[in-house]
Amino acid sequence: MSLLSVQNVTKRYATHVALKNVSIDVPEQSIFGLLGPNGAGKTSLIRIINQITGPDEGEIFLNGKKLAPDDVANIGYLPEERGLYKKMKVGEQALYFARLKGMSKADAMSELKIWFEKFEMVSWWNKKIEELSKGMQQKIQFIVTVIHKPKLLILDEPFSGFDPINANLIKNEILELRKQGTTVIFSTHNMGSVEELCDNIALINKSEKILDGSVKEIRKSHRSNIYDINFKGNLMGFTNAMWTGGELLEKSSDGDLHDIRIKMTGTHKPNELLQAVMQVAEINSFKEVIPSMNDIFIAKVNSQQVIGTQSNFTE
Amino acid sequence: MNKTLLIIWREYFERIRKKSFLIMSVLGPVLVAGGFALMIWLGNADKTEQKVLVIDESMAFYKNMPDNDFVRFYYPDIKLPQATKDFYKTDYTCILYIPYSVAQSSNSPVKLFYKKTPGFAVTQYLRDVMERKLYEFKLAANNIDPSVIKNARQSIQLINEKIYENGDSKESKTDAISIIGFGCGFLIFFFLTIYGAQVMRSVMEEKTSRVVEIIISSVRPFQLMIGKIIGIALVGITQFLIWIVLSTILTTAVSTTLLKKITADANTQKAQQEVVYKQGSSTNLKELQKTDSRLEAIAMINDLKGVDFTAIIICFFLYFLGGYLFYSALFAAVGSAIDSESDTQQFIMPITLPLIIGYMMSISVMQNPEGNIAFWGSMIPFTSPIVMLVRLPQGVPLWQLITSLSLLIGGFVFTTWVAGRIYRTGILMYGKKVSWKEMIKWISYKA
Repeated sequence: MSLLSVQNVTKRYATHVALKNVSIDVPEQSIFGLLGPNGAGKTSLIRIINQITGPDEGEIFLNGKKLAPDDVANIGYLPEERGLYKKMKVGEQALYFARLKGMSKADAMSELKIWFEKFEMVSWWNKKIEELSKGMQQKIQFIVTVIHKPKLLILDEPFSGFDPINANLIKNEILELRKQGTTVIFSTHNMGSVEELCDNIALINKSEKILDGSVKEIRKSHRSNIYDINFKGNLMGFTNAMWTGGELLEKSSDGDLHDIRIKMTGTHKPNELLQAVMQVAEINSFKEVIPSMNDIFIAKVNSQQVIGTQSNFTE
Repeated sequence: MNKTLLIIWREYFERIRKKSFLIMSVLGPVLVAGGFALMIWLGNADKTEQKVLVIDESMAFYKNMPDNDFVRFYYPDIKLPQATKDFYKTDYTCILYIPYSVAQSSNSPVKLFYKKTPGFAVTQYLRDVMERKLYEFKLAANNIDPSVIKNARQSIQLINEKIYENGDSKESKTDAISIIGFGCGFLIFFFLTIYGAQVMRSVMEEKTSRVVEIIISSVRPFQLMIGKIIGIALVGITQFLIWIVLSTILTTAVSTTLLKKITADANTQKAQQEVVYKQGSSTNLKELQKTDSRLEAIAMINDLKGVDFTAIIICFFLYFLGGYLFYSALFAAVGSAIDSESDTQQFIMPITLPLIIGYMMSISVMQNPEGNIAFWGSMIPFTSPIVMLVRLPQGVPLWQLITSLSLLIGGFVFTTWVAGRIYRTGILMYGKKVSWKEMIKWISYKA
């Protein structure tokens, strides 16, 4: 069952369309990657989910019910561009944001205590924000985003500004929250973390959704019959054996050790290639190359770019 | 707790806990009381006791000059050279040398020798006393009774009285009252500018520090804006109340310690004057004139007692609040639209301009409280918080007051609505040079 369902949302501004008929479904207790180049419309979509702005067309359902003003208590949002009151004390500020989410003072206090102890920052309570490093401020921002235990957590570039140790800390917290039942929408340009964390993604480009599905499925479906082969033997013999139909993409050699990347072009199966090659070379490894999310992202966005310019010409 | 209340609470407490608030709250009244004390002190300054040795060759002043509380005259039989020679052996502080020909020509100067420079009050008193004695001396020489002169110089009292259509008439008040109105108008002008700018800066800070991005997912932009405006209004009112209480305490303290003596003097002089009037003659013309001016001041104070101060104070708060809500919404809209302090100037100008115009109007209104400028200025919400306050002590018909207040309320509902629409677009808009045209477009945007 999907926790969040965005259905055919369109958002227009005076001079441009920010979202064109976009639909996404975010399954409960999953991590959902919202991807796209800058200016694609991700922030517009996130703002609509947060009810900061409203859609011109389309509807949004949270937990099966139409999104209502009271749902701010069910959503936690960590914006990409984020800041805190510089002159305000850490503890008071965290308390203030927690209460703005609708928590009672006592609840907020006890939850904050747990988080401050977990992140080893109890001693910061009476410091002013401006006395803290950027990484420390990011931790506080993360805490005030999750303090009210939202069902849906929206994180926009959550790792920016963190050193690797703290990034890992936050990553583990996100995984832990999912385990406890939280659904996470995760917007980032860091494709490595998408592969690592996300169960599903949607790719938005130029106001339209151009791809969605589970990360595994998407990567599988974008296979393009490319294989990496490492073998010992004669390179000439190897190329002669490629009668099965293949295109040599890359090669690197170290003595009689060779690394080959090959794209199968014909109707033949990889097994047939292997059989042919085995007769002339000693094979160390044979592996299908599954495209990274990074490759898919770039390929998808670029191909649309070409179409986009063409259609502009025909207009 | 309601979210708007929470925002008001934060805006309020963050501000009143600041050191600058404490300093302003204390410093304001201290400056007022200090200025007051300084005025009194300057009036009484350099009045160390002077022992003046008089050498009067003309004999017009001999043993005839009155002492006051800091100048005493002595007339020992001594010549000038001897006196100057022995000056430091005696405890006289000054020697006043009056040449023989002083009564005949102003070309023969009187000389004052001294050890330490006597203050302005001393030389002023000496000159006054001598001029007066010479005047009386000359009148007497021509057989003229000083009381004839006194009676010949009579001052005129001019009372302004307005006659209404229905036959009622009403005495109009003195200048002192229009000054009170002007003062109130100026205070409002001052507060609107200061606190309006504070609203603007605070909105801008939230925007540029991106705090607003975090808050905006929890509360509606309008709640955030109105919470800020009300929070800062409460700060203004708190500060104002502190000022009133502290100023009253401090100035009362200052005046009871410093002024007690002066009022006592005035009272004895008043008594003396009555005696003098009964006797029908005076040898003390100048003294009488002084007392007259003091009596005028007392009359002014009595006039002020006729003014309905409770009404003024209530109206002051109503117009302060109305004007503040009217203008601070506009300031908030501007703060939301701009990214940096350097862009503020071009947007502040059009907002503060009507305020400045209102302030300038109030100067002409003070002189002509029932002219067209006064009427329209006190109706239009852009200027009414200032202009109406100037008119108020002179008496304003109730229907005008009600119309003006209704227009002001309507005005701030409208500006708040407009500002709310600009604000919710502005706070999330970065890196774009904004123009007035652009901001007006935002008003029609859908949420």
